[in-house]
Amino acid sequence: MKERFQDLLPKLVLGPSFLLILFFVYGFIAYTGYLSLSDSKMLPSYGFVGMDNYERLWKLRHWSGALKNLAVFGSLYIIICSVLGLTLAILLDQKIRAEGVLRPIYLYPMALSFIVTGTAWKWFLDPGIGLEHTMHQWGWESFEFDWIKSRTNAIYTVVIAAVWQSSGFVMAMFLAGLRGVDSDIIRAAEIDGASRARIYRRIIIPLMRPVFLSAFVVLAHLAIKSYDLVIALTGGGPGKATELPATFMYSYTFSRNLMGIGASSAIIMLIMIFSIIVPYLYTELRSDSKR
Amino acid sequence: MNSASKLSFGRIALYLVLFVFAIYYLLPLYVMLVNSFKPLDEIRQGDMLALPQAWTIAPWASAWSTAQIGVQATGLKPYFMNSISMVVPAVLLSTLLGALNGYVLTKWRFKGDGIVFGLILLSCFIPFQIVLIPMARMLGILGLAGTTSGLVLVHLVYGLGFTTLFFRNYYAAFPTELIRAAQMDGAGFFRIFTRILLPSSGPIIVVTVIWQFTNIWNDFLFGASFADVDSVPMTVALNNLVSSSTGVKEYNVHFAGAILAALPTLIVYVVSGRYFVRGLMAGAVKG
Repeated sequence: MKERFQDLLPKLVLGPSFLLILFFVYGFIAYTGYLSLSDSKMLPSYGFVGMDNYERLWKLRHWSGALKNLAVFGSLYIIICSVLGLTLAILLDQKIRAEGVLRPIYLYPMALSFIVTGTAWKWFLDPGIGLEHTMHQWGWESFEFDWIKSRTNAIYTVVIAAVWQSSGFVMAMFLAGLRGVDSDIIRAAEIDGASRARIYRRIIIPLMRPVFLSAFVVLAHLAIKSYDLVIALTGGGPGKATELPATFMYSYTFSRNLMGIGASSAIIMLIMIFSIIVPYLYTELRSDSKR
Repeated sequence: MNSASKLSFGRIALYLVLFVFAIYYLLPLYVMLVNSFKPLDEIRQGDMLALPQAWTIAPWASAWSTAQIGVQATGLKPYFMNSISMVVPAVLLSTLLGALNGYVLTKWRFKGDGIVFGLILLSCFIPFQIVLIPMARMLGILGLAGTTSGLVLVHLVYGLGFTTLFFRNYYAAFPTELIRAAQMDGAGFFRIFTRILLPSSGPIIVVTVIWQFTNIWNDFLFGASFADVDSVPMTVALNNLVSSSTGVKEYNVHFAGAILAALPTLIVYVVSGRYFVRGLMAGAVKG
């Protein structure tokens, strides 16, 4: 009897957590999935309307604008963070004496809330009071930097703030990767007379492929989820210039009372993230079990 | 020699570039800090980088205890307390459960544990928009709508994936022979956990606690969606303070408030940055 209980115990311990996740994650996904096919407006309602919400969603300029913004924001965010992160990591990897001071400085924004980041940058970029104003005070009268107020350029201010927050993290990922490179390979190349730049270009950077992949996956999924930063920095504006899928979902569901459409946009977000993350996790887990 | 002077020139340029980047990362924090000590008219006329001419802590006092947030002039203090009473239980519970889950998944393997772990792992990455509507309903059904307990439940559930992942990867490297030997000696499930695994889990507990603390403290979406007057967390209150459209925009108060909201996670970062980075890496690159 006691033996039987000991055998069951592990499952009894894991069980509640697993059931919580099954219910609150996968059950909820199914529920939202159903709502996306329903006629829900202000409150959930279960009248089945098929793909209507999706058809309406794709016809909304508000939604296509949000997707376009996500494409601009996401690709710049990923590219700039990766380039900046790799560059900083390579520079820091040159036996820098102050590394212990610099590294934490590059990385600390990651510990901040996006609301704090947004508050700081909103002010910094505000032409009336921040950078532009200060430059005018300093005598550079013609200096202009009003992207945050501009319909065409506001999305780039979201990139600026988001890169500021995450690039140090990407730097840390690359730095860990660089520290893992077998120093024998580099020494062999040096003996062959290869220059430092050539060694980086031909040997080290290609070896960073797994880090590029991880960075891409992490940054892409952060970009798709981006919500707080936009709310704090621009509130989606001016107009709808910085609206992203995450803010779209929120406003359609909770302010505009079009829950069916809000649910369908959440499903699209889930599909975007899963199509990046599932293949990644699958290959990671498989190579894990082979090891 | 030419190459030596070139070399040292290169070194100087290198340090210069690194230094410029350090300024780029520090600038927003510096700007917030100095301007939080200035009277409002000094901010309006002046140079955002300059140190205050007339230092004042009035903005801090106001942000903490008298600033108008929403309809009440309470300052951020009550919301700071809301955040604390939400974060502490959520972090402790999710860490404890994560440790037990990681233990089971690595040392008491069973048929289908790969799928169980896969589903738990995948839950880390869902966009939370997908659960907002059903969660709002569920909290209502449970009678937890707008309460701190409700937020604790939310953060517990959506933090479990990461805490399980952390402990699972850590315990995977722990020698299974030790556990088999203890089993031979008649030690049971919990005894092995508390006597053998827990004593050597210090680092991963720190990593997990920091990760959970940072994430839950910084959360905005759940707080904005599910909190009510007496459960609104710090991030949401800060956003209300900054984006309130009534009256004069008191930038100095906003900055003091932003720093107050950032302070707990910043302190944790300064005190134990090493563990913070390890958590980030484990969350990103997976063990």
